[in-house]
Amino acid sequence: MSDDEIILNDLDDDDLVAQMFDDLYDGLRDEIIEGVNILLARSWTPYDVLTRALVGGMTIVGNDFRDGILFVPEVLLAANAMKGGMAILKPLLAETGAPRVGKMVIGTVKGDIHDIGKNLVGMMMEGAGFEVVDLGINNSVEKYLAALESEGADILGMSALLTTTMPYMKVVIDTLKERGIRDDYIVLVGGAPLNEEFGRAIGADAYCRDAAVAVETAKVWVARKHNRVVAAAR
Amino acid sequence: MDDTSLTLDGLPPGGAGSVLLLACGALAREIIDLRAQNGWQHLDLQCLPAILHNTPDRIVPAIEALVDLHRAAYETIFVVYADCGTGGLLQAACDRLGVQMIPGPHCYSFYEGNAAFAARAEMTCFYLTDFLVRQFDAFVWRPLGLDRHPHLRDTYFGNYTTLVYQAQTDDPGLDAAARDCAARLGLIYERRFTGYGDLAAQLAALA
Repeated sequence: MSDDEIILNDLDDDDLVAQMFDDLYDGLRDEIIEGVNILLARSWTPYDVLTRALVGGMTIVGNDFRDGILFVPEVLLAANAMKGGMAILKPLLAETGAPRVGKMVIGTVKGDIHDIGKNLVGMMMEGAGFEVVDLGINNSVEKYLAALESEGADILGMSALLTTTMPYMKVVIDTLKERGIRDDYIVLVGGAPLNEEFGRAIGADAYCRDAAVAVETAKVWVARKHNRVVAAAR
Repeated sequence: MDDTSLTLDGLPPGGAGSVLLLACGALAREIIDLRAQNGWQHLDLQCLPAILHNTPDRIVPAIEALVDLHRAAYETIFVVYADCGTGGLLQAACDRLGVQMIPGPHCYSFYEGNAAFAARAEMTCFYLTDFLVRQFDAFVWRPLGLDRHPHLRDTYFGNYTTLVYQAQTDDPGLDAAARDCAARLGLIYERRFTGYGDLAAQLAALA
């Protein structure tokens, strides 16, 4: 052991959280798992560990990715580290009845196998308190619709990496319209070749540039929907 | 003209023709070869850095700037890019600028022929061209961080099954290099000779 090696258990809570931010940034999965276990042993609630230590750290990663300071490999390493912490917290969050913001069905569209961005969004949404049902890759309109209905979802998230597959998002949205259920769901879309104009043109509620934007957009739209429902009930 | 400078710097404008080709650096050798084969001396060529392939949002402003720069000097400007991940924005920019571009999603589509490529619908194939085989480390391995974090390989390529090397030329050295790329990515290898595909027809139409 080198003289300057940090013993996580020796740090007070604030320093430990700051160190976990650094460890997430550096993609150190084992250290994140250790940090999560230490905070839980200090009687932190799973929800606090998630939001204050992990999501706080990933927000910094997301911001630096957006600003061109970090690149995809580093974000994937950070995400992998966060996943290590999430694996511990997820069952505990379910047990302790942590607040649920809403439920999202997410998947990559038909003909497309790319899932890196979609997986990051799913993870960040879970971190923000959303329940996420991940349909994986190559999803048909029938599969999206069946999941939305069976899961009672609030949000549909669709992802595509290819110029040739992104128009399929419109097929899904048009089908929702044909069946008269478009307004039952918040529809968010994302993927490298997309842009805001495309999102508007296909009738999505919002285009999300990255995972952090997806989380913030989902929160805003869920709150808006909630307010509409409350107003209608008055 | 070497591949590294085509990747990072592109190719400066040259010639005294009436038509300017604004192309991706990844197509430079092929365009120059077609021009020489067919005696198309009316085609001048300028290339953008091929590495813009990895940041498609930079392609449109770069093309717009060059069209503005050269518009007065040429009767015709032709953009030798497909959509290349711009999500339709390059086509929209070309429409706005009144210039033509190559139809199709990517060079690996028009090399095979857009219709044939679409008909194959090979969702789980990863494509390399002659240029991309030669520049595999610069375009794939290093930007994805696989030189530093090889364990990320399956995160990127786990859903792929096959690396298709679309050969523009018959070159056993490139074949071997492409086979090695497939092995490094953990994918099945397939070589498919395409020649220059739709690129030749598109440039011939400017004659």
